[in-house]
Amino acid sequence: MADRNTALRAAPLDGRLVRSAHVEIVPADVASRIVLRARPEAIAPLSRALGVKLPEEPKTSAKAKASRLAGRIALWIGPDEWLVVDPNGADLMALCSKVKKLHSAVDVSHRNTAILVAGEAAQSVISAGCPQDLSPNIFPVGACSRTVLGKAEIVLVREDAHVFRVECWRSFSDYVFAFLADAARDAVI
Amino acid sequence: MSGANRIAGAGRLTPARSLRFSFDGELYTGLEGDTLASALLANGVHLMGRSFKYHRPRGVLGAGSEEPNALMSIERDRSRRQPNVRATVQEVFEGMSAVSQNRWPSLAFDVGAVNNVLSPLFAAGFYYKTFMWPKRAWEKLYEPVIRGTAGLGVAPDESDTDHYSNRYTHCDVLVLGGGVCGLSAALAAAQSGASVMLCDEQAQFGGALAFETGIRVHNEDGFAWAAQTAQKLSAMDNVRILNRTTAFGYYAQNFVGLVERVTDHLADPDPALPRERLWQVRAKKVIIATGAIERPMVFANNDRPGIMLSSAARTYLNHYGVAVGTKVGVYTANDSAYEAAFDLKRQGVAVETIVDTRDAPGEGLLSTAADLGLEVLTGQSVTDTKGARRVSAMVVRPNGGGAARTIPVDALIMSAGWTPSVHMFSQSRGKVAFDASTQRFLPGDYVQDCVSVGACNGTDDMPAAIEEALAAGSNAARATGSKRSPKTKVSCEGAGNWSGGMSGAAAGAGPDTTVKAFIDFQNDVTAKDIRLAVREGMHSIEHVKRFTTNGMASDQGKTSNMHGLAIAAEALDREMPQVGLTTFRAPYTPVTFGSIVNHARGKLFDPTRRTPMHYWEEEHGAVFEDVGQWKRAWYYPRVGEDMHAAVNRECRTVREVAGLFDASTLGKIEVVGPDAARFLDLIYTNGWTKLKPGRCKYGIMLREDGFIYDDGVVARLAEDRFHVTTTTGGAPRVLNHMEDYLQTEFPDLDVWLTSTSEQWAVIAVQGPKAREIIAPLVEDIDLSGEAMPHMSAREGKICGVPTRLFRVSFTGEAGFEINVPADHGRAVWEAVWAQAEPLGACAYGTEAMHVLRAEKGFIIVGQDTDGTVTPDDAGLNWAIAKSKPDFVGIRGMKRPDLVAEGRKQLVGLKTRNPMTVLEEGAQIVADPNEAVPMTMLGHVTSSYWSENCGCSIAMALVANGRARRGETLYVPMPDRTIEVEVTGTVFFDEEGERVNG
Repeated sequence: MADRNTALRAAPLDGRLVRSAHVEIVPADVASRIVLRARPEAIAPLSRALGVKLPEEPKTSAKAKASRLAGRIALWIGPDEWLVVDPNGADLMALCSKVKKLHSAVDVSHRNTAILVAGEAAQSVISAGCPQDLSPNIFPVGACSRTVLGKAEIVLVREDAHVFRVECWRSFSDYVFAFLADAARDAVI
Repeated sequence: MSGANRIAGAGRLTPARSLRFSFDGELYTGLEGDTLASALLANGVHLMGRSFKYHRPRGVLGAGSEEPNALMSIERDRSRRQPNVRATVQEVFEGMSAVSQNRWPSLAFDVGAVNNVLSPLFAAGFYYKTFMWPKRAWEKLYEPVIRGTAGLGVAPDESDTDHYSNRYTHCDVLVLGGGVCGLSAALAAAQSGASVMLCDEQAQFGGALAFETGIRVHNEDGFAWAAQTAQKLSAMDNVRILNRTTAFGYYAQNFVGLVERVTDHLADPDPALPRERLWQVRAKKVIIATGAIERPMVFANNDRPGIMLSSAARTYLNHYGVAVGTKVGVYTANDSAYEAAFDLKRQGVAVETIVDTRDAPGEGLLSTAADLGLEVLTGQSVTDTKGARRVSAMVVRPNGGGAARTIPVDALIMSAGWTPSVHMFSQSRGKVAFDASTQRFLPGDYVQDCVSVGACNGTDDMPAAIEEALAAGSNAARATGSKRSPKTKVSCEGAGNWSGGMSGAAAGAGPDTTVKAFIDFQNDVTAKDIRLAVREGMHSIEHVKRFTTNGMASDQGKTSNMHGLAIAAEALDREMPQVGLTTFRAPYTPVTFGSIVNHARGKLFDPTRRTPMHYWEEEHGAVFEDVGQWKRAWYYPRVGEDMHAAVNRECRTVREVAGLFDASTLGKIEVVGPDAARFLDLIYTNGWTKLKPGRCKYGIMLREDGFIYDDGVVARLAEDRFHVTTTTGGAPRVLNHMEDYLQTEFPDLDVWLTSTSEQWAVIAVQGPKAREIIAPLVEDIDLSGEAMPHMSAREGKICGVPTRLFRVSFTGEAGFEINVPADHGRAVWEAVWAQAEPLGACAYGTEAMHVLRAEKGFIIVGQDTDGTVTPDDAGLNWAIAKSKPDFVGIRGMKRPDLVAEGRKQLVGLKTRNPMTVLEEGAQIVADPNEAVPMTMLGHVTSSYWSENCGCSIAMALVANGRARRGETLYVPMPDRTIEVEVTGTVFFDEEGERVNG
């Protein structure tokens, strides 16, 4: 029965799982996210406020250094655009609101959802639908990119040699998950 | 025993590994590693198909993917039936079932063979001339009959149960072809440290080494070296080697399509395996090592089963251990056929005679022939053959004239020389160049970053070809950044030379004859067809090709192009390069639809987007409609209700009580920055600077040309933050439109755009009881009419989660739109529903939404507008800020045509009979009796039965429509003419008092 005082949260991929000998595909935990847009002069104060140095190198990401912020990442999306993800549900909007330098922060915690693809075949599975070169020398650990998977837009992060985070919009997540699952049927590595 | 023609000790297959398969229902035994062709030949079966046009009996011509004749249907079950499989490529597996094609009732007795007798009627281009009259018969008679008889094979009639896979991949060096050159190039590149991909269409690497048994590489059997090298390469981390993989297409910027056949050779494939895997490769460098393809001799009746390329006979013998006959004739214009004859003879096969159209064969061949006891007839030609379903004799004549001699044979092997396989080079847009000394086309100017090596580059001498390949491999590695430069060496000896030969018709098939000397076996094109084409005025090879269909079959002219060109050149009395060469098209060999479609089947064909409340809606019986990729609840039929009844009830309930509507699919854009209002001023026709935080406004945006592009309600959340909504379908393009203007026209503005379409689930609660329904759930917001009037926005909490609550209405009723973070959408919806249902409210779908808004005359962009409608046409002049100096479309709107009299304007229509509902899209006229073509004044854009009005209502774009209010117009339909009255666009609550609730 619906409780009028506490609406429960239902993520779009709750309960989904694919596991094979070479790859595991699971929905990531819910997280808070913001899209950050800023000019160069705001990068330093925003980095301080968020506890993570916003990367300025294309297709790179940065992690928060402090252990209490563990898991917080900032992904370079464009020359003035970042996607900041915090798996501990921090109020990123509030952190940014303290920064006076000109910027735009928009809460997209629920717009995106994420899927973790892990295992020896992870890169191969993503390569079924992503035309980018994902070989480790080109797309090393920490690399990120706004790209496509099949017919859906994704943001791809290589979290570890064999672990990728696939961020996509909520309503595309069923397609993205099903695509990854279909690709995982083919065990080519 | 795996066939009477299997020679003990010959070939590389293992006699103990036998398997059974069927061909046209007959059971045969083959060996593991056999192709269907080699297994059938081992069993003495030469008749493998019927030709396309004349239904002539045909056997195998080749031993590889160039095969034009032996096309079969391989059937695992009804849903996995593959037509037009080349028997020379398909490996046999235990239990395989192969069926011949293009024959009825059987391969041996084919009724269609009457075409062969009637062939004078079916000369090239016959259907361009024969079926010209009577003109009307084309559509009704000729085309259906021709279509019925055309085509090879039968497509499966059930959905394919196999699955297919795709991989995008990148490499430094991609090597196409795994013969001695491809392997050498790959090895050199790999040992230099480059990332390398190597593919070959065959099951095993080695290319020509499969039959060139005289070649020794590094002092060992060439084919064994190839296998070891392939193994060595596959063990290297920087190499991916793919057998059974065809490079079928070479596209822009070194993008090459490969298709890997994963399970077609397996008796019982693991269902987890894809049948085929498409590799879409982006390579920094491509090395083309595709070898050469032998040409047949062109002479009368050169297509009987048992007549084949000499390299094919050699492959069947040296690789598969199969003798292609017991009395073999040889007809050649080059040296390489001698090697085949020698190999056959050494294995104890009777080789009757070698007929060489040249006077002087290559050095040493005659003495070797003499040593082996072979008769060689130089300066003579095979001018005809005998036999029905298999060749039984060849007719030999001296070239200078003289008595014919008929020599009984049961196989005839032939070679007119070798054609460098420039298909992939040509596909890369490289320009071939004619080499006059060898009378062949070779790679000329390169357009892409690739290089050809070996036989496909015209390098005939094998040690030289290997050197060329090794250099290409290490150069490619260096060019792509590899630092190492080890000396990769591959030494070889014992190779013959393949240069020489002829193109065009041989003796006895010249211009003075009418014999059937085939050049394109698959499309039944003969030498005389080419000449006919020239006589008919086709002087370009492109025209000759289309007139005769030469080279247009699935083999893409691999064995026929050079002959066709030479014959055309001769007929035109020009040099071959002056006649030109047709472009080689992708795919190199046919590619299945499955591999191209790969993952994009079923639910992966296109994303299906669902809102957070989708499954609640499904559980409550919603019928969904597709809106772009979205599934939207269309209506919620209750037991016994049809769509009409459900929509009527939903429309009534919303106006009497209230309704819940899932508006989550609306596009949303958060516009943030100090210049946000200035930016919106430029994008929308309305003014935004004066809008107070906490207030909403309906906005229209135009394109540069002054026509309506999109509309929606915009809420100002703060001085520097707006929540823009767009139409569902417009969400992505409106963001692009805004971003485009922001970046190119207004880059000085401090404002940023972020899509939040999917951040928010949107629950519209509309109707007199809307406030009563949501009030118990909302915290921190005063919902009273005074505190929160129509067109206002507040932020607070609902059900304990943050909400952006808008007091807006697309129904004309008092209403709210509750925006909540999407993951909370369903729970909040359920909580609202729990309040709404006891009050008698309903959930309503998009159909009721459409009717309710039409009752109020609210337009839907894309339905009531079509990209040619101005704000004035739509009656929305009030939404244009007259004081603004600039906005997108302001100049377009002033164009003469857009301000001219008589434009189509949006009006309401009421049918004279209130029960009649107009058809959307129907045309409107003033005079129903006017003769066709009538003067059309406009058309119906929206039309519904309105339960609330008790009559049908419609909106229409009508020329000069607003001035026609009260006029009677007519809507002519196929069966009747409907009388309508022009009205205003608001049908319900004209004063608009209900929104204030």
